[in-house]
Amino acid sequence: MRTITYRDALREAIREEMQRDERVFIMGEDIAGYGGTYAVSKGLFEEFGEKRVRDTPLAEEVITGAAIGAALGGLRPILELMTINFSLLASDQVINNAAKFRYMFGGQPEIPLVIRMPGGGGAQRGAQHSQMLESLYGHIPGLKVVMPATPYDAKGMLKSAVRDLSPVLFIEHELLYNVKGEVPDEGVDYTVPLNRGEVRREGQHVTIITFSRMVHVTLQAAEDLAKEGIQAEVIDLRSIRPIDIDLVLDSVKKTNRVVIAEEGWKYYGTGQGIAALIYEYAFDYMDAPIQHVTSADVPMPYSKVLERAALPDNSYIANAIKSIVPPALVRS
Amino acid sequence: MAISNVTLAGLTQAQLLEMHYSMIMLRRFEEKGAEEYTRGKIAGFMHLYIGQEAVGIGCISALRPDDKILASYREHGLAIAKGMDPGVVMAELFGKITGCSKGKGGSMHMWSNELGLLGGNAIVAAQMPMASGVALAMQYQGLDTIVACFFGDGAVDEGAFHESLNLASIWHLPVVYVCENNQYSMGMAVQKAWAVDSLLPRAAAYNIPYEQVDGMDVIKVYEAMKRAVERTRSGEGPSLLEIKTYRFRGHSMTDPAYYRTREEEQQWRSTRDPIGIFEKKLLELDLATQAEFDQNDARATQVAEDAAEFADNSPEPALEELYTDVMADNSTALSYRYERK
Amino acid sequence: MKTVEMPKMGDTMVEGKILHWLKHEGDPVKKGESLAEVETDKVNIEIEAFASGVLRKILVPEGNSAPVGSGIALIGAPDEPLPEGMGGNGSAKVPVSTPVDLAKGEKTPAAAAQKPGQLLREETGPAYLQGAPQQAGVQPAPSPIGEERIFISPIARRLAEEHQLDYTRIHGTGPNGRIIKMDIDAALAQMQAVPAAPVAPQPEAAPVAPPAPEPVQVPAPELAPAPIETGEAVEIPLTTMRRTIARRLGQSWQVAPHFYVTSVIDTGKLADLRRQINEYAEKDPAPVKVSFNDLVIKAVALALLRMPQVNVSFAEDRLIQKKQVHIGMAVALEQGLIVPVLHNVDRQGILDIARESHRLAEAARTGKLRPEDLSGGTFTISNLGMFDVDSFTAVINPPESAILAVGSITPTPVVVDGQVVVRDRMKVTLSSDHRAIDGATAARFLQEVKRLLEEPFGLLL
Repeated sequence: MRTITYRDALREAIREEMQRDERVFIMGEDIAGYGGTYAVSKGLFEEFGEKRVRDTPLAEEVITGAAIGAALGGLRPILELMTINFSLLASDQVINNAAKFRYMFGGQPEIPLVIRMPGGGGAQRGAQHSQMLESLYGHIPGLKVVMPATPYDAKGMLKSAVRDLSPVLFIEHELLYNVKGEVPDEGVDYTVPLNRGEVRREGQHVTIITFSRMVHVTLQAAEDLAKEGIQAEVIDLRSIRPIDIDLVLDSVKKTNRVVIAEEGWKYYGTGQGIAALIYEYAFDYMDAPIQHVTSADVPMPYSKVLERAALPDNSYIANAIKSIVPPALVRS
Repeated sequence: MAISNVTLAGLTQAQLLEMHYSMIMLRRFEEKGAEEYTRGKIAGFMHLYIGQEAVGIGCISALRPDDKILASYREHGLAIAKGMDPGVVMAELFGKITGCSKGKGGSMHMWSNELGLLGGNAIVAAQMPMASGVALAMQYQGLDTIVACFFGDGAVDEGAFHESLNLASIWHLPVVYVCENNQYSMGMAVQKAWAVDSLLPRAAAYNIPYEQVDGMDVIKVYEAMKRAVERTRSGEGPSLLEIKTYRFRGHSMTDPAYYRTREEEQQWRSTRDPIGIFEKKLLELDLATQAEFDQNDARATQVAEDAAEFADNSPEPALEELYTDVMADNSTALSYRYERK
Repeated sequence: MKTVEMPKMGDTMVEGKILHWLKHEGDPVKKGESLAEVETDKVNIEIEAFASGVLRKILVPEGNSAPVGSGIALIGAPDEPLPEGMGGNGSAKVPVSTPVDLAKGEKTPAAAAQKPGQLLREETGPAYLQGAPQQAGVQPAPSPIGEERIFISPIARRLAEEHQLDYTRIHGTGPNGRIIKMDIDAALAQMQAVPAAPVAPQPEAAPVAPPAPEPVQVPAPELAPAPIETGEAVEIPLTTMRRTIARRLGQSWQVAPHFYVTSVIDTGKLADLRRQINEYAEKDPAPVKVSFNDLVIKAVALALLRMPQVNVSFAEDRLIQKKQVHIGMAVALEQGLIVPVLHNVDRQGILDIARESHRLAEAARTGKLRPEDLSGGTFTISNLGMFDVDSFTAVINPPESAILAVGSITPTPVVVDGQVVVRDRMKVTLSSDHRAIDGATAARFLQEVKRLLEEPFGLLL
């Protein structure tokens, strides 16, 4: 095993898949000579050339539609959209075409397409560059929506996504690119499934369900609370659609208390969706209402102090946990 | 009756007669479809190709069987022209399992991997970016297959039109964009919608060769398409054709077409019917007879009837089909680890 | 002859109104020509002919409406005879060609329409809790009819029901006084629970009268809130225990239709047997004093064994017949009545029953009853004999279906073989829930109890 960054893990995945399969190619804005806005594709243009590492004009709708068309035509495109915020321009192609073609046309088309894009905020990028919009896409049948939180998962899941025959939205996070983690040595071809979450930390008092960058924030909060005797179980969903529901329900059955921690907004988002599933399938195991930690219900402010206040951090998560774990339970 | 060795546009008599049959086939099919719609056998939106037969037949006759086409929602004519069995098209209109999309698509969503019909797209102009992409795939794989993308005058105002032409141009993609300009996008007359009343400046803006064609003359359409196809197939990049045509019916089955006059419709129907124009031309050049036309008409009418009967007798999709074909691996929103009863 | 039908021009159209016929009877018609102008719910449209010929008959005149699919005109050859009843006048009855349009398209029978809901239900929702024992039948959940509301988390409620624990007596430590899992766990793990149970309310009876001869004094576990003096009366706020008793008694009375069966029991032989047992019992290695009530408990237990129809709970659509016999005995404390339970009485000897009843009475007095001592009862006995009460009726203790009210043993003149003699007699009254138990059953049960008490050797054998 060796330690690399999330960014490097993504690049390795792309390179290995391009080496493995001639049909795999990447396209996006500024990914070739520029090496990618977040340097994920750095060096790939020099290695693979113009045909397989394509800079596109600044036109989200056509480049997404073209990526879909390329997949229909037999290729395995990895499309990079600069951020999930810009995906809104491409959302018609994603939602009306990529998600629906296979069904609408009686199972004939195959769209083995991966759309990579970072989401989320925390770098003072302002309201239009800081959104976490996975729930818009998680709502749509016909898509897979995944959000890896660690370098190991980033590499393994991107490889799985490229090999998957369905359209996969691969949502990264700007503040994760520098996160370091262990991955297997070079030459080891491993994948991580796109339909399984992972228990990051075991505990018996409360289940915390989270994903993407919030996994790291949550683990920090869990460590802090462990000093007070509260043992939190942290579940990294890794995939929003499909969701590893049994992993979640097993944990809920064990702890009877749930906190959902996410970076998106509260109303009609991923967290409320997961909470509804838990109430629906594990009602008789609930000992307290589900606590939901989210960003403040405002567009993301630029100011440093306001942005920090808007985003959920360890203290919010810790408070949410403490509000439903009875102190007497911990003492005994 | 003199049998002539004269050909027209390089097509033999047999080919020309077949072209005529194809056009009449489209006409009778659409008429039959309209009838079945009013009987409640077909539901939802249905957009008829009546009046535009020359465009579909003329263009697709200039393609190779392995060439791909992407179309809008007015695609029954194009589907049949590309070779889809009329029974299968009608069955799809009826929503039966024997339809080309298993009944799950309907009038606006037809597809065939074998025939290279890639939709049936109901979002206006959405097929244009995808057409560029399919062309990219052909180019990437070193194939000389090309893509023909059909869209209407309404699509021209969408951003996707511009983005697609630009991308196709800078990457020299093997795609022929065919604008079926039937003068109206739903109720919006093209004179009111387009800043310039021809696509020439728009093609020039993206450095794409352009031709404007009389869409009521199937031979003119065929020849223009042939030119565009040859150019594109040779690697010179995309082409844009603007084919001026007219739809004799409303935008869809429920459109009473208040936005144009009955006189205008009547005028087109009586003097600019593409089938009539073609028949006249063939008769003048002694390349066919009225009897042969009537024969084609009778055959087409019968085929349309048979298609309706086939569709009528076909079974509905089984209810299990509700959940099939969503994902390639049949996964659903919830991924289970344990068996459920 | 072809029938022209009112066409369906749009999903929502159900009928159309003929505004204007463009062709008249006798006019030639070519396929594709417009026949009439029709008004639909959304737009006005022209309908076209699908056949050529002559318009022979107009069936729906201008200004009239016709449903989609019904015939509005006939097109045929000029000399073709019209169908019957057409005659020559235009107001002939309209032959409604069955609006077959929509139905005809469906080849699958209507039964298939049942399936979608079924298919979808099977697909959604993993049956994650298969086998989870949370059916409400076992104990009708004490859904309150008063304003009192008990908050309890789903898992706590489920655990309580699984262990047959009456959670209404448990103090909730969660928000809003919610009872949470921890509270149930604690109750089950032998922590003190607030006792409460409703029995035999006498309107003005002083709440005394334990089954044991001596009155019982118990320090109240909960301080009663101070009474409030107003001008004309004293307001005495209720403790939680009293509130609960009031609620449960009120509910039992309202919900279960009570009926009463009384029996008079000759206790002569019973007294003899008791004396003999106690002579032995005081010399037993673990000496104990057996009371009359202990013998009544045994008799009732044996009777319940023989007539399990009385050992039931009513659960809306079924009766739950308990396989075990657990008898509650009413104990009066100053702060209210509680009903500790003797478990599996049918399998216990009389001495053991006596020992247990003593233990429970003592524990009740000193506030040391455990949660399991207060739960699981299938029948209750209340004895007011020590107050010289001749007879009385008791309120059933839910979820049980019957309760026996025992009066005092009184010397009574009776006629035996034509002679007036004095015999010791005891009146017992069985209250039964008529939803679960009918008259004959109650009577036969009481008969068995009487038989066992009047021929008391049966209690030993």
